[in-house]
Amino acid sequence: MPDLPFPFDPARLFAHAGGHSGRLGIGYRAHGPDWAELALPYRAELVGDVETGVLASGPILSMMDMATSMAIWLKLGGLRPQATLDLRIDYLRPATPGKTVIGRGECYRITRAIAFIRGQAHDGDPDDPLAHVSGTYMFLEAQP
Amino acid sequence: MTLPPYALVLGLRIESDTDADGPPVLVMPFSEDVLGRPGFVHGGALGGLLEMAAIAALQQALAEEGGGRIKPINVTVDFMRGGREKETRAVGIVTRLGTRVANVEAVAWQDDRIKPIASARMNYLIVRPG
Repeated sequence: MPDLPFPFDPARLFAHAGGHSGRLGIGYRAHGPDWAELALPYRAELVGDVETGVLASGPILSMMDMATSMAIWLKLGGLRPQATLDLRIDYLRPATPGKTVIGRGECYRITRAIAFIRGQAHDGDPDDPLAHVSGTYMFLEAQP
Repeated sequence: MTLPPYALVLGLRIESDTDADGPPVLVMPFSEDVLGRPGFVHGGALGGLLEMAAIAALQQALAEEGGGRIKPINVTVDFMRGGREKETRAVGIVTRLGTRVANVEAVAWQDDRIKPIASARMNYLIVRPG
């Protein structure tokens, strides 16, 4: 992949917390050449079921959308405008009330038009995931 | 029906002129709280709105059969158009309500209901009382 004109710094993306991710309290954790890891701290206002105190699935979906999106830019080596085409999430078990949810997104294939992603979320033990995602993104500008 | 705390973070309300017999239409105003890339609604907020619309439709259908608990199994969201800086509406449709599993669809739009900006399919586990 050629170097893109706009480098991508995943940690800086969250330095000025605003927008939807800031409202949810999502933060940067770690990244590698084709993956990014984010954290969603537990908050009572993000609960989807007041009886159990379990987080709503929406914030986890938002975090996985961001982590997988960042994984593409990391694999590309820079920013390229893209939009989510589809995202599937399997809820393997409820998130444990009170615990921070960690989401890791990975980009495993990039073509001229499409990026393919997958990822998992857990709340402390990566071997005990609570959600699994897979999906595709399309690039908004045609590639030569 | 009452919306959970997360729905309030999205700023959701139930459309006041929702058809009493039909599933509730949820309205999500545009705000900084649901902003993704500049000028567009965050895909995750759209997904959250679609899930809330699906759950609202399912709760209504389930209430007619004596109620029950709803547990999400999975959701697949398709994004058709970018959501712009305006209100987004969504409604859920229960395609099948079985004894243990429900299949639900949801669609979100802005200006024109026949031009959806996103849609979703969900499977839910149903735990019926007693």
